[in-house]
Order: sequence, then structure tokens, then C-alpha cells
Amino acid sequence: MTYQGIPKITISTPKEAAMGQTGTWRTFRPVVNRETCNHCGICAMYCPDAVIDQDTQEIDLVYCKGCGICANECPKKCITMIREEH
Amino acid sequence: MTEIPKEEMLLKCPSTCAGCGSLLALRYILKAAGRDTVLVIPACCNSVIQGVYPYMLHTIPVYNIAFAAAAACASGMSEAFRAKGKKTNVIVYAGDGGTADIGIQALSGALEREEDFLYICYDNEAYGNTGMQRSGATPLGAITTTTPNGKRIVKKDLDRMIEAHNLPYQATACASYPADLYNKVKKAISIPGPKFIHILAPCPPGWKTPSEKTVEVGKLAVKSGIWVLWEKEYDKLTISAPSKAAMKRPVPVTDYLSMQGRYKKVDAALAAQIQANVDKNLRKMEAEVKISEGAL
Repeated sequence: MTYQGIPKITISTPKEAAMGQTGTWRTFRPVVNRETCNHCGICAMYCPDAVIDQDTQEIDLVYCKGCGICANECPKKCITMIREEH
Repeated sequence: MTEIPKEEMLLKCPSTCAGCGSLLALRYILKAAGRDTVLVIPACCNSVIQGVYPYMLHTIPVYNIAFAAAAACASGMSEAFRAKGKKTNVIVYAGDGGTADIGIQALSGALEREEDFLYICYDNEAYGNTGMQRSGATPLGAITTTTPNGKRIVKKDLDRMIEAHNLPYQATACASYPADLYNKVKKAISIPGPKFIHILAPCPPGWKTPSEKTVEVGKLAVKSGIWVLWEKEYDKLTISAPSKAAMKRPVPVTDYLSMQGRYKKVDAALAAQIQANVDKNLRKMEAEVKISEGAL
């Protein structure tokens, strides 16, 4: 696939964090209140970045951008957004 | 309700803005399409979020192509797959600028030739990737960087342009209703021939809404009737469940407008005009449903 050492076509291959660790963008961190959460999974359904586990509702803070959709859509209001202290 | 697979086709984590509607839609499109899929992406937000060369985040093949060429590229690709006897889904994921403005010629040609692929337009109602310039799909009254006093012209009716090609399957969807979107993509890929889905994808920086309101604003668009969810197989038109409920008792369109910073220059007279346009469109849709049911 090369011509004089130059690839004929530019191909990227899949790799996690190809766009960096997007969690560093965050200003507000989602915190789940485990006492009131009933594991309905609506937060995971609406998370654009798919960083919330559908069964355990664990949030991957390495990649969470802190958009707050989960907190806004939670029917039991058990997710709060807390300011990051960097 | 159908079970949506848990497997994600995108690795963590694309560089979309926080709260991106188009990424939320893409998640469910890829879940519905499955592994045997090729994405064709013209210039749009989704061509820059994939990762930095030589790495990418999509775990299925993606072909990046020039703005005007997406539908032409997908035509050739699907012809080649079918000639080889493969059933691979070819899906174009293009923005509203790449569909309604720049890509319309190639798209219309491909639809007329009855090529076997699914064209999905995610509509954030401006050229978001380059910093929110106005597109043909920008609605009346919306502020963009090139319409600083609000657009004076109505949104181009892309769906009715596509409808004129009499497709085997055409639908509208909204990123705020992922289950509805999933079912529509599933149905589209099961039908041979050209298919088209138009998705409203709320865009927090462009619409000047807080990032957490993405889903809420999309739901309001449907509830106010400014965006109607429907699907059409040739002449048979069906209104989807969320819009059926909204059409009986639509919320005032000002609820939708006042949520977004891009509508801040809309005065009472213009708001009334937008409301009148929405009401007229809803009446038109109701009449079209009756015609397709043979009741009118």
C-alpha cells in the first residue's frame, strides 16, 4: 500500500482516546446519589458520549465532559453537578 | 419495546462539544445498523470528531469524502458491495449543509437512480463545524454568525424535496427520542432501495442553549409541533407516537423559542408568524395522513 515509502491512502485505525481524554474539559462533575438511584438507566440512554454504564450507572470520569444531560433528565433527580476544583 | 443492544460502536470519546445531539443520534444509528456497516461522511461536524490520524474512534469502516460527493460515493460503494454479493449496509451521515445545500444534487441523483443505501441527515440548522454560519436549513428568526439579526427566510423544506422522489422509506426523527430513532433505522436498513432519515440534532453552542438542555429542547421541538416525527413508505404516511400526542395538544411554539439564545431577536409579530407556519404545517400533515389512509 505504499509508493516510494508514502502510503497511497491514509487509513486510521481504531484506538481508544484517539481524541484525548475528554474528561479534562469538564467544569462540573456528575455525582450519583446511590441511595435514591433506582437504576432506571435513563441517564445512560441519553448520555451522548456513552460514558455511563447501563447497569451500574458508574460514570467514567476520564471521558465525561460534564454536559449535565444525565442530571437534567434523571426522573428522580439523584444526579447533582458539582464544580470541579482543579 | 425492542431491546437496544448495549454494545457501543464508538470508542471513548469523540471530541464533540459537551451535550452534542448529533453524537447521541449516531450512537443509536450504529447500534441499529450493527457491525456490517460502512459509514460515508462528507465534511461536517462528524468528520472532525473521529480522532487524530493515524487513530480513530469508530470501530466500523468510515469513508471521509468531499462535501458534494457523499451520495455519489455511497452509490458506487453499494453497487460494488451488491456486485460482490455482500449485504453490507452503506450509511451516509451528513449534516444539513451537506444535504440541503451542497450535497442535494448528488443526493437527488442517487435517489432517482434507486441506489441501495441509507442517507441520514442530522440537522442542527446551521454550518456548526465552521462556527454556525447560516444554511438553507436555518429556521426563520434564528441568529447565526452570518444572520446577526435573525434569518428572514423560512427553513428549506428538505423533507418535501426528498418526498418528491417517492422513496421506499423516508422518516424524520429527533435525537431526544432514541428508541424511535433506533426503530426507524432498523426498519430502513431492512428495506432495499434508497432510504432517507432526517434527524433534528440540538446543538448547544449553536442554538445557545445550556449543554444539559439538549434532550429537553429536542423534546420541546416535537411537543410544540415545529418538528414532526413521521415515517413514509411510498405513499403510506404514519405519524410517530410522540408527535401524535403533540398534534392533539401542541405546546405554544414560544416555549421552544424562548429556551434558545439564537431566537432572542424574535419579536411578538415574528413569533406569531412562526406559530402560524407551524399550525399550517400540522394541518397539512393531518390532511396528508387522511389522504394516505384513503379517507379524504
